[in-house]
Amino acid sequence: MTNNKRFGIIFYALFVLLPIYWLINMSFKSNEEILGTFSLWPQQFTLANYQVIFTDPSWYNGYLNSVYYVVLNSIITLVVALPAAYAFSRYKFIGDKHLFFWLLSNRMAPPAVFLLPFFQLYSSVGLFDTHIAVALAHCLFSVPLAVWILEGFMSAVPREIDETAYIDGYSFPHFFIRIFLPLISSGIGVTVFFSFMFSWVELLLARTLTSVDAKPIAAIMTRTIGASGVDWGVLAAAGVLTIIPGILVIYFVRNHVAKGFALGRV
Amino acid sequence: MSLVLENVYRKVEGVNHLHNINLEFKPGSFNVLLGRTLAGKTSLMRTIAGLDKVDSGKVFMDSEDVTLTSVQKRNISMVYQQFINYPNMTVFENIASPLKLSGTPAAEIRKRVQETAEMLHIESFLSRHPLELSGGQQQRTAMARALVKDASIILFDEPLVNLDYKLREELRQELRELFKLRNSIAIYATTEPNEALALGGTTSLLHQGQLLQSGPAIEQYHQPVNLHAADLYSEPPINLLKGHIKDAELSIENYASFPVATTFDGIEEGPYTFGIRPSHISLVPKHDSDIELSTVVDVAEISASETFLHVANQDLQMVLQLSGVHDYRTNTPVKIYIPPEKLFIFEPDGTIIKAPNAQLAGEF
Repeated sequence: MTNNKRFGIIFYALFVLLPIYWLINMSFKSNEEILGTFSLWPQQFTLANYQVIFTDPSWYNGYLNSVYYVVLNSIITLVVALPAAYAFSRYKFIGDKHLFFWLLSNRMAPPAVFLLPFFQLYSSVGLFDTHIAVALAHCLFSVPLAVWILEGFMSAVPREIDETAYIDGYSFPHFFIRIFLPLISSGIGVTVFFSFMFSWVELLLARTLTSVDAKPIAAIMTRTIGASGVDWGVLAAAGVLTIIPGILVIYFVRNHVAKGFALGRV
Repeated sequence: MSLVLENVYRKVEGVNHLHNINLEFKPGSFNVLLGRTLAGKTSLMRTIAGLDKVDSGKVFMDSEDVTLTSVQKRNISMVYQQFINYPNMTVFENIASPLKLSGTPAAEIRKRVQETAEMLHIESFLSRHPLELSGGQQQRTAMARALVKDASIILFDEPLVNLDYKLREELRQELRELFKLRNSIAIYATTEPNEALALGGTTSLLHQGQLLQSGPAIEQYHQPVNLHAADLYSEPPINLLKGHIKDAELSIENYASFPVATTFDGIEEGPYTFGIRPSHISLVPKHDSDIELSTVVDVAEISASETFLHVANQDLQMVLQLSGVHDYRTNTPVKIYIPPEKLFIFEPDGTIIKAPNAQLAGEF
């Protein structure tokens, strides 16, 4: 690598990571230090901000709520999208191409469009302020994308493998789990990544469809802004904790995602 | 186990994939399906396997109607043209998979996988994954999986097409040997007449979903039932000349007329299509009765140790198969000689009137 390229990459990394560093930096400072002085690292290192979050149930429940509906969303998405993608990739039926495109067109509308209908519907059937309500609402966006991603991976597996399995004596469910799923594991990794990430960062639907019991962390973070000003330290600590699940997901699916982006038509 | 197909029809989007197929496969027989691409070979195999449904007609195994029986219950195995293995399993697991599913004890599985692998010379790769093997080894793995279970019908859908020439010859030889010991019906699809002739057994000719004829390959080579059947056994394709027989003369449209040879006795006057195999045309006259045509060279195509010489005369195009490697410049005038006793004579609709008499010519 030439020196110029190396310099470019270092510069880019700095550029991208500086705000994140600043967030972490802030989360270990007191509000006085954040507002009063300019320091590149915490002068009086403190864990008080984190302590607030981990001891106050209304704070940590926000994380649990978010993780709960996000995981729920990923599971529902996979369970629904796997058979749908299989059908699109293996069978011909009337209107299959239109239906396939229509799925994606769901994503063309901004989530705000669905806000009012969802709110009204969930209120009337008693789903308001439940985790499943948010998970289902997010499925409207994650399922179409998941079907598209998985269909690409499934179509890359030759149909003859299915048939060979039947000839060998596999029943359909046995074949699907034992042979087929391992072959598209990269696609499943990418799908989980996308549905997890979408649901984790989506704020509008999650905030509107919940009030107390299923309130997501992003909504709770707004509590730091009060009449007496902004509690910068706690806000920063909450922000750092919000990044962590994303990092974990990327860590676990990193090989699949890298392979997935190369192979599937995402 | 015997296999019978009765009046099988299958149409997909208006195209006949199978049209009134009646075939019987005897227990322990080796059968070849010969036909060009889209002739219905694969459709026929998929119907036998139960992967495709028939529109009408019946399939019997051991005189039991299996037309609606699912794939899993038919006790067949199949080898595809592509190398189809489970990429996430080792070669051992791949070969063992049909046995495992039928509930064979582990010790027995190990023994049979080992035996089958040795038969196909892949015993040293058992712990590897299929994608780490060469194409030939991958196809051997697929074959081992097909052979390891005691399937009553084994289907080979052009299994050697994607392999190189040497490997193909080798595997074909082995395959034939393997089946001598078995009591299952083997059905082998190919587009290559040479393969059909080399494998022997009962050959069924397919053309556009229809069965043209069924019988020993050599017999079909000499006695094709129609133009398509004759063409299937010609590589390069048979030369076809339009013409007619009239007033004791055989004329090839717009090009030449010749007195009818005595071998044509009993053929009525009228329009016909004359066929001549590329290997029967020569560049030197062998007999006084040979039909002489003046042509110019289009291109000389060299294939192994043979030369396919494409010649033309206005819109008449022919190809000659010459032994040895020859170099001909384009537009060189050449005279070609067609021995009339080697002519196939077809009705305009393709039905055969006369095939050259192989015994008389002393060769084929």
